Amino acid sequence: MKPGHGEVVIAEGDVELAEDERRLIEEFRAQLEEGLWAAVPTLEGGRRQAQMVKRFEDVPRDAERVIFFPRAAGGR
Amino acid sequence: MVLALVAAALVALALLSEELLPRIEELWRRFRARRRPAESFGYDPGRERRAEQRARALLRSCVGEEEWAMYHDLGFIRVWGSQADGPGRGGATGGAAYGYLIYPHRAIVAYLAQTHRLLSEYCVTFPDRTRPYGSSRLPDSDDVLAKWMALTGDEKRLISTANMHLPGRQHDPARVKRDLWRLSQWERAWMRSTAGRGAADGPASGPSETPLDAAGQ
Repeated sequence: MKPGHGEVVIAEGDVELAEDERRLIEEFRAQLEEGLWAAVPTLEGGRRQAQMVKRFEDVPRDAERVIFFPRAAGGR
Repeated sequence: MVLALVAAALVALALLSEELLPRIEELWRRFRARRRPAESFGYDPGRERRAEQRARALLRSCVGEEEWAMYHDLGFIRVWGSQADGPGRGGATGGAAYGYLIYPHRAIVAYLAQTHRLLSEYCVTFPDRTRPYGSSRLPDSDDVLAKWMALTGDEKRLISTANMHLPGRQHDPARVKRDLWRLSQWERAWMRSTAGRGAADGPASGPSETPLDAAGQ
């Protein structure tokens, strides 16, 4: 998510392919190092929710996407 | 002796350089990127509208059909709280079900599901410090999605990050009460239409769980 832009695709790939996975891990780490939060939308028991992830290993292997968004801060 | 040491050091450096150079380059690239001043972009209504359209599509693809319809029709999304004793700071509920109303770029409001008593307001923002288009503000629907993801994914962390205020700080309590009334009316209509669709489609696709079921009541 980006101000003035909305959704931006950062990287795409198949985690079953080693080269793709390596690239996805690198991008994942880069985004978190930039201070973003990561979440995976999930569907559990008919309910949609999100799973916050801090490590690439926490991302479900069958996840379709990981969404990065700015870290929350206290507002006024 | 010294010559041997220097030679050994040079060999070690040459061997390590292959491994180290890309890392140093990467670190330097990131360092430069962070220090680069944000380009200044003026306000462009077309760009903001396109951003909001993309954000709405993303929100729709993430939240459920009901939440999307709720946001589309009412302008906010309700999320059920999952903490046993309420939202924590300033909101002990004694085990009663509670929910949050998520508005774009406004404080999240916590309330008791049964009585509609407002518990507190949680002011939270998701500022993008890089200000890619001269603003740190996400499109409305992205702000709602960020709150939805953070609340459903890690309610405790979001609530502890937010600044908590008594009801009435940002939202007019009377207006929020009216929103809760609108929500209850909307839910009745939604359940009727879902049941109607279920009857038309057959028993296998009947209405899903009710909001109170979802809250564990």
